[in-house]
Amino acid sequence: MKILVGYKRVVDYNVRIQVKPDGSGVVTDGVKLSANPFDDIALEEALRLHESGVADEVVIAGIGPANLGAHLRNGLGMGADRAIHVVSEEAVQPLTAARVFLKLIEKEQPGLVILGKQAIDDDSGQTGQMLAALWDRPQATFASKLEIADGKAKVTREVDAGLEVIEVDLPAVVTTDLRLNEPRFIKLTGIMKAKSKPLETMELASLGVESGDHLKNTHYAPPPKRSKGVMVKDAAELVAALKQKGLL
Amino acid sequence: MSKILVIAEHQCGQLNASTARTVSAARAVQPEAVEVLVLSDAPDAVAADAAKLEGVSRVLTVARAENAHPLAAILAPQIAKAAAGYSHVFLPSTTFGKDVAPRAAALLGVAQVSELMGVESAHTFTRPMYAGNAIVTVEADPAQTVVATVRTASWPAAGQAAGSAPVEALALEATLPTHTRFVELRQARSDRPDLQSARKVVSGGRGVGSKENFDIIYKLADKLGAAVGASRAAVDAGYCPNEMQVGQTGKIIAPELYMAIGISGAIQHLTGIKDAGTIVAINKDAEAPIFEVADLGLVGDLFKIIPELEQALG
Repeated sequence: MKILVGYKRVVDYNVRIQVKPDGSGVVTDGVKLSANPFDDIALEEALRLHESGVADEVVIAGIGPANLGAHLRNGLGMGADRAIHVVSEEAVQPLTAARVFLKLIEKEQPGLVILGKQAIDDDSGQTGQMLAALWDRPQATFASKLEIADGKAKVTREVDAGLEVIEVDLPAVVTTDLRLNEPRFIKLTGIMKAKSKPLETMELASLGVESGDHLKNTHYAPPPKRSKGVMVKDAAELVAALKQKGLL
Repeated sequence: MSKILVIAEHQCGQLNASTARTVSAARAVQPEAVEVLVLSDAPDAVAADAAKLEGVSRVLTVARAENAHPLAAILAPQIAKAAAGYSHVFLPSTTFGKDVAPRAAALLGVAQVSELMGVESAHTFTRPMYAGNAIVTVEADPAQTVVATVRTASWPAAGQAAGSAPVEALALEATLPTHTRFVELRQARSDRPDLQSARKVVSGGRGVGSKENFDIIYKLADKLGAAVGASRAAVDAGYCPNEMQVGQTGKIIAPELYMAIGISGAIQHLTGIKDAGTIVAINKDAEAPIFEVADLGLVGDLFKIIPELEQALG
């Protein structure tokens, strides 16, 4: 079975995001970029399925500008067999990303697609579900456990009420939650091997994908600041302050 | 004019509180009608509750055995069919809505607005990005149905109406797949208030130190009549179950009182609590970022402070 993994590059999760003074976006010049943490978890899960013999090939795919290659090489360094770079200078919205992945699915015929449950830049959390709809296949979102046998996946999902278990027929789309696994670090030998692994590039425009970017982000603002509070010296003073606010 | 369809979230025959908050967001669009769709195997009780929400003009029900569990692959085709004639389809931004809404949007071939937090006009909204560090104004295409998930922490629950809106069964021709099957829901039984709708929340973090130590968080919460939450660090360390996680990738909450105990305050956690009325922080590290957002801060050893707190509470 082949596994296709979405591998997006985002602003590193440790970066304190600054909104540009003119409200046209956030500052990304000179800011550290990293793999979306949920996508590292997706890749790790695929690699484990490869190592346990369930999968025989792991292909990562990313949509982004010409310099995205280095990021995809990191994914190859982590252990993916092959990478596909869909070149787009403009960032794409989830529906377009889903349509691009559907094209890749038609070409690659994977038995399983694993994506992160959300990207930590736009926090949309849509691409996996949209892809599953367009592909007319099952989705198992927010996965914290994935077991594959007999052409089916049993997936434990992190939901508000607790843990939900569902069973889906393959092929299917799974999106990862935080506790699915702990991604491995990239080893030096991995980086060396990655240099010779195949990295295919294709222009987004060549895929014949209808644009799904129907939303315009017209203005960015910093969040309202909470005013600085006061420090109390002990538990008794805290209780008194809470009583004064009518909270106790 | 706008006409909005709100998809009801429900469990065990009860309407989830997130639905009433979603109705509030729908009303902010000032539509000619807000209607609620209940997809269930037995929708009557849920529909009756939804019909009593202020601002709801009609409740539609689809009773099908396949709707016994909220599976996105089953619900989305029905929602896409039912969406005909509506300008907007709103779902709560809970794990239910986050799972189902994008699937329905893709079936309709339209984009989705995630975590809608403000309404500026019928097609202009605000939503958070970058863990809430940017509030973005989003314009949707007026020629298309707007599918949105509503950030429930940003909206009050719709009140109770004087009367009841009519409830009607909706006939839908939708072929449903069999490729997705519900197996089980594992739920921790708790008599404590629900984390997402509680007025008071006490949360513990890495500083609590162990699963056993977390008992002092539960005890304090019980004394206050509060729900219990946790930081990602505490959940990752196995101190408490996943459904207690508060933050960017967990639950986003807006209680009147939030007490963060032994939580340093990573930005990913802070985004989950920034709508709280009063934030209290108790941490031994005076430099912890949680103190930058806390209304009331107390530096010290939580294992000494909590017993003192309980005593002071009487």
